[in-house]
Amino acid sequence: MSSRALLTEKIAFFCLLLCTLIIVIPVILITAVIVKNGIAGLSWEFLTQSPRLGMRAGGIFPAIVGTVYLVLGTMLFALPVGILAAVYLTEYAKDNWLTRVIDIAIVNLAGVPSVVYGLFGLGLFVVFLKFGASIIAGSLTLAIMSLPVIITASREALNTVPQSFREVSLALGATRWQTIRHVVLPNSISGIVTGTILALSRAAGETAPILFTVAAFYLPRLPQSLFDQCMALPYHLYVLSTQVPNIKPHIQYGTALVLVLMIMIMNIVAIVIRSHFRKKKLW
Amino acid sequence: MKTGKLDIHNVSIAYGEKKALQGITFEIQDKEILAVIGPANSGKTSLLRTLNRLNENKSGFKISGSIHLDGVDIYKDIAVSSLRKRIGMIFALPNPLPLSIYDNIAYGPRMHGKRKKSDLDQIVEKTLKSAFLWDEVKDRLNLQALKLSGGQQQRLCIARTLAVEPEVILYDEPCSGLDPISTAKVEEAMVELKSVYTQILVTNNTKQAARVSDRTAFFLTGELIEIDVTEKIFTVPNDPRTEGYVSGRFG
Amino acid sequence: MNFLKHRWNDIVEYVMEKVIFLAGIISIAFVVLIFIFLLKEGLSLFKTYSPFSFLFGLSWYPISHPPKFGVVPLFLGSIVVTLGAILIAVPLGVGAAIYIAEVAPRWLREILKGLVEFLAAIPSIVLGFIGLVTLVPIVKEVFGLPTGLTALSGAIMLAFMAMPTIVSIMEDALTAVPESYRAGAVALGATKWQMIWRVLLPAASSGILAAIMLGIGRVIGETMAVMMITGNAARIPTSITQPVRTMTATIAAEMGEAVQGSEHYFALFGIGILLFCITFLINFTASFFIKRKR
Repeated sequence: MSSRALLTEKIAFFCLLLCTLIIVIPVILITAVIVKNGIAGLSWEFLTQSPRLGMRAGGIFPAIVGTVYLVLGTMLFALPVGILAAVYLTEYAKDNWLTRVIDIAIVNLAGVPSVVYGLFGLGLFVVFLKFGASIIAGSLTLAIMSLPVIITASREALNTVPQSFREVSLALGATRWQTIRHVVLPNSISGIVTGTILALSRAAGETAPILFTVAAFYLPRLPQSLFDQCMALPYHLYVLSTQVPNIKPHIQYGTALVLVLMIMIMNIVAIVIRSHFRKKKLW
Repeated sequence: MKTGKLDIHNVSIAYGEKKALQGITFEIQDKEILAVIGPANSGKTSLLRTLNRLNENKSGFKISGSIHLDGVDIYKDIAVSSLRKRIGMIFALPNPLPLSIYDNIAYGPRMHGKRKKSDLDQIVEKTLKSAFLWDEVKDRLNLQALKLSGGQQQRLCIARTLAVEPEVILYDEPCSGLDPISTAKVEEAMVELKSVYTQILVTNNTKQAARVSDRTAFFLTGELIEIDVTEKIFTVPNDPRTEGYVSGRFG
Repeated sequence: MNFLKHRWNDIVEYVMEKVIFLAGIISIAFVVLIFIFLLKEGLSLFKTYSPFSFLFGLSWYPISHPPKFGVVPLFLGSIVVTLGAILIAVPLGVGAAIYIAEVAPRWLREILKGLVEFLAAIPSIVLGFIGLVTLVPIVKEVFGLPTGLTALSGAIMLAFMAMPTIVSIMEDALTAVPESYRAGAVALGATKWQMIWRVLLPAASSGILAAIMLGIGRVIGETMAVMMITGNAARIPTSITQPVRTMTATIAAEMGEAVQGSEHYFALFGIGILLFCITFLINFTASFFIKRKR
């Protein structure tokens, strides 16, 4: 190897490192800024009280509760349909044109912008089905946005179960559903759960889909029913950072920190579940 | 018409364009061990998977002709799960489910509605004894089945199949991954089971066929060349191709 | 008793098969529904407003008299911001992916991957907020502009948000290159960099294209961060240091005020149709590249 080639390599690798640092250093800085300024805003009152004085004081309790409701609602709808659809596609569907169309649709649905899901939710749930802007409309919108991700992750998990497990169960006279229920699902549940939690954590941080389907600008009381509007952390942060002049930064950063923490906790839970099951896995 | 346990009449199968079996007709007698031998791609495994209908989920699977179990058409007049309960199968590679030894054996009976602990205990003990595994595992029935040795796993699979009380057992090259000692134990179990079950053994090992079977069928490229008493197949076969195969000249 | 048990199994089997099939159908039904609802609302615009003026109109004045719903400025706004973001994100993202997959030592690789995944998990509203308070003043200062709320700020922000997509797909593409390719090149006496440049990158070219396409898909659909930092002026952009408004931001910003069933409301759905089609096309192309890679 000529020394010139080695020098070129050195320069090239340095440039690659530079690219990486340009991406990674801002991530670290952003985290540091949110944590440092956010912690100043965090307090028991901040977490448990409603906003006051035009949101310039008080806490973000209704927004936290609203986001929790929305995530639960999303899960309630998207989880069963998503898993069953994945089971259908991996265990039942024959390899024909319909299956291929569904395949293409799911892959592409995952790439449709979240604001378009918002429009869809507005058109179908809020206006056509007359739910109005409500928790149910928002949850359903987020659920439909999460479905493709949940289906894709669940299919991957189902596909990791060896074919021989299915054959053995069938050969022992178990029916197809018994095989799925007692062999396939127990051996893929960790992957399904992990994928679902990650999809839900994404839904928790989305703003555009809830903008016209559920989010309330300011609603200090907690929602009373599924057909009430509610506040939500991402939208609240949007409001705080663009619509409320002269607000103290620590309220904004505090809100951002709570949202990021919530999502990180969900991510960590997913990672822990995954590694826990990986350790136990024998095949 | 004289009928055996299983009557296979003019059966042809194909996966899409690819033909796997062509016009097979023979019968399998009650409580015999029938060995099915032949080189790779001769249709031996396809035959087994046709007998318990494990083939039918493959894309493009087509079948013509008929197969009767005790006079009942298995593709028309019987639910697939009850058919598979009556015709059990042992696979080429031991494939215990990722459960304990006990739960592996109890899996089948549970699926068929047996839940009582005392019943299951009894089944586990009885089948493990029949498969010559009881003495090795009786103190650790809660052990993960995947932690057993390959030979033990395969005998566990036999016990698991016995637990659903089949009438016919299909073996798909059951010893291909096993050492000679484990192989001997599996063969011992097969001979012991003869009094109760009809057994069909697909094997690449002609010596194994000679050792354990009553009759032997020789398959070549999807066709049944010859079926006869094992001794005759291995000494004075009718067809020169059979002779070529059993004497090791090809395959 | 046994007979009953079997009947019960058969019933469960039958019901579950139908339920599972139904779930499969529901998932496809939503694709169709999404498109139907966008079409139903969006096409209503054309009862009163000409499709030509919508698609090729040069001004978007939804509340003037008469209102104008020309989508061109918004479309160009999206294009400018997207192009800017991709020009920044692709070289950096590809470089970083090569570094992470091929150059970095194992311990560093895990840390870097973790950080990129972390970036992917941060909600866009949070990044938008941070961009608003940090990036926007910097852009204003550095370029001496009257406002930092410009297409450029948006492009930088979006480049950052597209990074995780580009890096992870690119990384997959690189790891998919068979080990024998690498061994072959190194055995011929090439340096590692020559191997990467002459062997890996050409072998992974479909992956790079897929990464670019999906990066574009990610960027063009981004809403909140863009709305917060691009300045939201629905004009045809002439320079990257001007405020612009994207299609997504227009929907998000104006839907709240648009009266249900009004022309304005329908026009926003019209933009939705456009976005849906554009992203569908982009993803379709990307999955084509991904398939070719295999």
